[in-house]
Amino acid sequence: MTELVIPGQAGAPEAESDLMVRAEQVHKSFGSIEVLKGIDLEVRTGQVCCLLGPSGSGKSTFLRCINHLEKINAGRIWVDGELIGYRQRGDKLYEMREKEVAAQRRAIGMVFQRFNLFPHKTALENVTEAPLLVRREKRAEVREQAAPLLGRREKRAEVRERAAALLERVGLGDRLHSYPSQLSGGQQQRVAIARALAMQPKLMLFDEPTSALDPELVGEVLDVMKDLAREGMTMIVVTHEIGFAREVGDSLVFMDGGVVVEQGNPREVIAAPQHERTKAFLAKVL
Amino acid sequence: MTTDQVTTERARPEPIRAVPVRHPGRWITVAVLGVLTAMFVHLLVTNEAFNWSFMVDRMFRPPIIEGLLRGTVLMTVTAMLIGVTLGVVIAVMRLSENPILRGVAWLYTWFFRAVPRLVLLAVFGNIGILWSRIEFGVPFDTQLGQLFGIDNLQLRLFGFSSHDILTGFMAGLLGLALSEAAYMAEIVRAGIQSVDQGQTEAAQALGMSRGQLLRRVVLPQAMRVIIPPTGNETIAMLKDTSLLLYVPVSVELFFQLDAVGNRTFKIFPMYVAACLWYLFLTSILLVGQYFLERHFGKGYGTAGRARLRLRGVAAEAGGNPGEVKP
Ligand SMILES: Nc1ncnc2c1ncn2[C@@H]1O[C@H](COP(=O)(O)OP(=O)(O)OP(=O)(O)O)[C@@H](O)[C@H]1O
Ligand SMILES: [Mg+2]
Repeated sequence: MTELVIPGQAGAPEAESDLMVRAEQVHKSFGSIEVLKGIDLEVRTGQVCCLLGPSGSGKSTFLRCINHLEKINAGRIWVDGELIGYRQRGDKLYEMREKEVAAQRRAIGMVFQRFNLFPHKTALENVTEAPLLVRREKRAEVREQAAPLLGRREKRAEVRERAAALLERVGLGDRLHSYPSQLSGGQQQRVAIARALAMQPKLMLFDEPTSALDPELVGEVLDVMKDLAREGMTMIVVTHEIGFAREVGDSLVFMDGGVVVEQGNPREVIAAPQHERTKAFLAKVL
Repeated sequence: MTTDQVTTERARPEPIRAVPVRHPGRWITVAVLGVLTAMFVHLLVTNEAFNWSFMVDRMFRPPIIEGLLRGTVLMTVTAMLIGVTLGVVIAVMRLSENPILRGVAWLYTWFFRAVPRLVLLAVFGNIGILWSRIEFGVPFDTQLGQLFGIDNLQLRLFGFSSHDILTGFMAGLLGLALSEAAYMAEIVRAGIQSVDQGQTEAAQALGMSRGQLLRRVVLPQAMRVIIPPTGNETIAMLKDTSLLLYVPVSVELFFQLDAVGNRTFKIFPMYVAACLWYLFLTSILLVGQYFLERHFGKGYGTAGRARLRLRGVAAEAGGNPGEVKP
């Protein structure tokens, strides 16, 4: 946090090419309760940022602000140099249209604590759903421009092939046609990861992806996430898995009461926390 | 191991041969029901008022079949189609973030649920009294003309005589469909609200628009909750077409049966015929409802339950429940 752009000030920050996420002074209130009280955070491209903190500290809320599932009240968030949710002209902010917000969200994958798979669709359909919809939209645009139509069959098959490959990659090549209710928690969460990856995101957000799992299933999901990290995916992971943070994390951010209390190298913070609240929290989860 | 051997070596105990508990109450019930049934059959067969041969002779006559096909079946189908479509629109409006849409939707459901269907149909049947012609054009044209000093300005594009378009059928359809939309809106709203909020979030996070997530994610799941009451609504609608008598719609089953009864002074057999026809039609709808519910339970319903049952069986058999392939 060397240089701070004051919210509302003209001009975007100079595009630091290797910054994937940049949040500045993010404030968020629900009614009269302020949940985020000025969060600053930077995540470099290809790095894994682990977000820790006690329940109610605002971790989920912050994650949801990054893909504009929640509107922030003050501050700015950029993903890959692009301001999230708003367009800035001069010192005036314009709300984005639904379509533009949707386009931004496609570049950001999100994995939820409770999986949130579509129960009426098979694993494969869960993964192909969003890419097929995007394809349909694109085709409509192509048609508007009177350009020749793309071969529909092939394209569709390509999406399916890619989805099957993704499911194969998370170790579910043999469960393509299972419905979520027929899969274990760990399998469901791996489908959810494949579903997010199908949009070919630049950034992945994980909100306690293993908290709803039986202990023996946590490992299989963490393994998939470790692979992703190794392949250079930029990730923000809210987790209580200290081992994961230590092993895979490039940075660790400890939040409490809507502010960042402490951040730094995960191994250093975990071994020697500087702040009292961090110490107390780590003592409980370790 | 040793205990196992002991049990196998020990002689198998004698199967239990106990005297089962008697249920004298059941036998009394059966006897009472038997007597009542016999009395009822006796009534059906011997009472002259039923006049079965007359009823069977009249209930399949062409005007009655036409009334059944157009006034009952066709009316039910079209009124439900319009009602469901409009109901979905109103439900989505009711749940939208736009307060004006929400207000309009609330007002609509309030009005059409507060006025009884019979009264509504009577009103629609006489709505021609309001306008002799129904025309489309610039609203308040005469008043606007006066503002600019033009007398009797008429800016009308096209119009119809209300007699031509507000036939009994159209008036009845309008009354039934609009009132149905109000009930369907409440059903659809409950269905949409029953879908987990996480589904919407996941769809949004994947970059789906509100329309897409409604159509592809939320409504298909809401169907499970929407279908059973919609089946009931369809059956209720089928029966409510008999209210068209008050519009009046003449090409309609009950109107026709009633007319035959009045003409021949044999009203009772024709009412029995009406009962039989409505019983027949609703039974068909019940079968349709069963298959619809089965279809929309996909992914959780039958498959999920079957799997749970298999798990139970596997667990009882001492197998590994995780191994069960659906
Ligand atoms: N939609 C909402 N409306 C009102 N209050 C909310 C809403 N969402 C979250 N909050 C409140 O904001 C605070 C932070 O919630 P958040 O879910 O971000 O915490 P968290 O750090 O993710 O906690 P946990 O570890 O339990 O998931 C909580 O006090 C919560 O009650
Ligand atoms: Mg949370």
